[in-house]
Amino acid sequence: MAAAIELRHVTKRFLTPSGTAYTALRDLDLAVQDGEFCAVVGPTGCGKSTTLALISGLEPPSEGEVLVGGAPVQRVGRDVGYVFQADAVFPWKSVLDNVATGPRFRGIERREADERARDWIRRVGLAGFERYYPHQLSGGMRKRAALAQTLINEPRFLLMDEPFSALDVQTRTLMENELLQLWSATRASVVFVTHDLEEAIALADRVVVITAGPGTVKGVYRVDLPRPRNVAEIRFQPEFSRIYQEIWNDLRDEVLVSYERSKRVVS
Amino acid sequence: MSALSASSRSAFVGPEPTSSDLARRRARTNRRLLVNGLRVAFAVVVLGFWEIGTTIDAIHKDGLWIDPFFYGRPSGIASQLSTWIQNGTAQGPLWLQVATTLEEAFLGFLIGVVLGVVFGVALGRVRLLSDVFAPYIKALNAMPRVVLGSIFIITIGYGIWSKVALAVVLVFFVVFFNAFQGVREVDRVLIANARILGASERQLSTHVILPSALSWILASLHTSFGFALVGAVVGEYLGAIHGIGLIIATAQATFNPNGVFAAMFILAVVALTAEVALTWLEGRLIKWRPNTLEVPRI
Repeated sequence: MAAAIELRHVTKRFLTPSGTAYTALRDLDLAVQDGEFCAVVGPTGCGKSTTLALISGLEPPSEGEVLVGGAPVQRVGRDVGYVFQADAVFPWKSVLDNVATGPRFRGIERREADERARDWIRRVGLAGFERYYPHQLSGGMRKRAALAQTLINEPRFLLMDEPFSALDVQTRTLMENELLQLWSATRASVVFVTHDLEEAIALADRVVVITAGPGTVKGVYRVDLPRPRNVAEIRFQPEFSRIYQEIWNDLRDEVLVSYERSKRVVS
Repeated sequence: MSALSASSRSAFVGPEPTSSDLARRRARTNRRLLVNGLRVAFAVVVLGFWEIGTTIDAIHKDGLWIDPFFYGRPSGIASQLSTWIQNGTAQGPLWLQVATTLEEAFLGFLIGVVLGVVFGVALGRVRLLSDVFAPYIKALNAMPRVVLGSIFIITIGYGIWSKVALAVVLVFFVVFFNAFQGVREVDRVLIANARILGASERQLSTHVILPSALSWILASLHTSFGFALVGAVVGEYLGAIHGIGLIIATAQATFNPNGVFAAMFILAVVALTAEVALTWLEGRLIKWRPNTLEVPRI
């Protein structure tokens, strides 16, 4: 079976304003199977977000190939959903208009788009807040709106860039459980970027560890914990600790490298 | 999860007011009364001092504190205003002068805003355009544009359009720079999100870039209506058939300071009315923005 998302020997260089090249990713290989939930972990600044930008088509690779659904990525794909780390809902649109944006952009007429938006607002637990503007909502509720905004397009490939990192721990656990529930209904292929190893193991079928920048794959680990999972409780299972320890041994070195580097920059 | 939604919703609705809430509300009313009272008192003191200064003798027997020949006198200004209202000005009825100035300012404002937004958005969106035109726009902006008034009167004539042209030139740059900056400052994440959600280039402009730039553009409208009035009045001052600027020029030529002050008073009323209208418009157009704390705008 062909992989749903595949990166082959991908290198990404950026030109800094001073004219020097900065390598974010080097010779990265990654394959995500159809319907698989793949978490990507790595220290800060290892190019995790860049990976998602390449898969989504927002950025072209400098070298190598990016394949989504078996075809090379040319532009922003219609089957791709992207949940950003920062707040990406439009502050000048109400919750209803925000969620209906995707269908409206795709040429669906207003009434049907609104109807589908109402359905998704209910599914993410925001029923009753259709007329509210984002600034009137809490961080967790804005994230729910962002989820509905992305999922309403029924993406086959779902990219998530540390979506819950700005939330408090309780809200975060809640949202992680809800994400798993929503995902199990869609069975989209997911690339979930995070720096939180616990979150990665609790959610994913597979965890990919990326080295400190320039990023490349350090190790790939299967997570054979049964589904459906309860994120709040899965952490207490012995199997969870075993996987955590195994991955942490790899990740620790990279975190240390990244930490040493940041110290050098400061001093 | 539903518990979370319910609790966050109650935060918006709020319970019945308690006695301490009522006390706070009373304190707020009292404070508003105090502020308004002090405002009136300030005007009374300043105008009273002015009026008395122009009527009573100073240390010198032949002099006054404030010479009404140069500085006018509040009662004189008031009687000048009532004369204008009842008998009209030397140039015709007062309403015609005010209407002429307003018409010029409004037309100049409208044209200037439209041109400013169009050019600002175009140059903000297209990198090549902004790179090419940046030095020219900076050079034009550095020039004191009021001097163009003379040229407009020579080329366009004494009618309203020379004043409109001056107002347009003054308004354009304020709006242009704000629209340009507004387009440039659009959050990159919002643009990326819109692209992912399937926005075409045109949808990107109408759904993301314009709404985002709108708060910048609207902020510039407050300043630019003031500039439109300046353009109209200065244009009239340089040469016109009707208008408040012409009244000022006439009053100056006949050594009538009361007339100058009375015209200034009318201008202030016009400007304040426009300010209120623009604030209302702004509130209507960007109701999505969080209510910022009530900061006195001066």
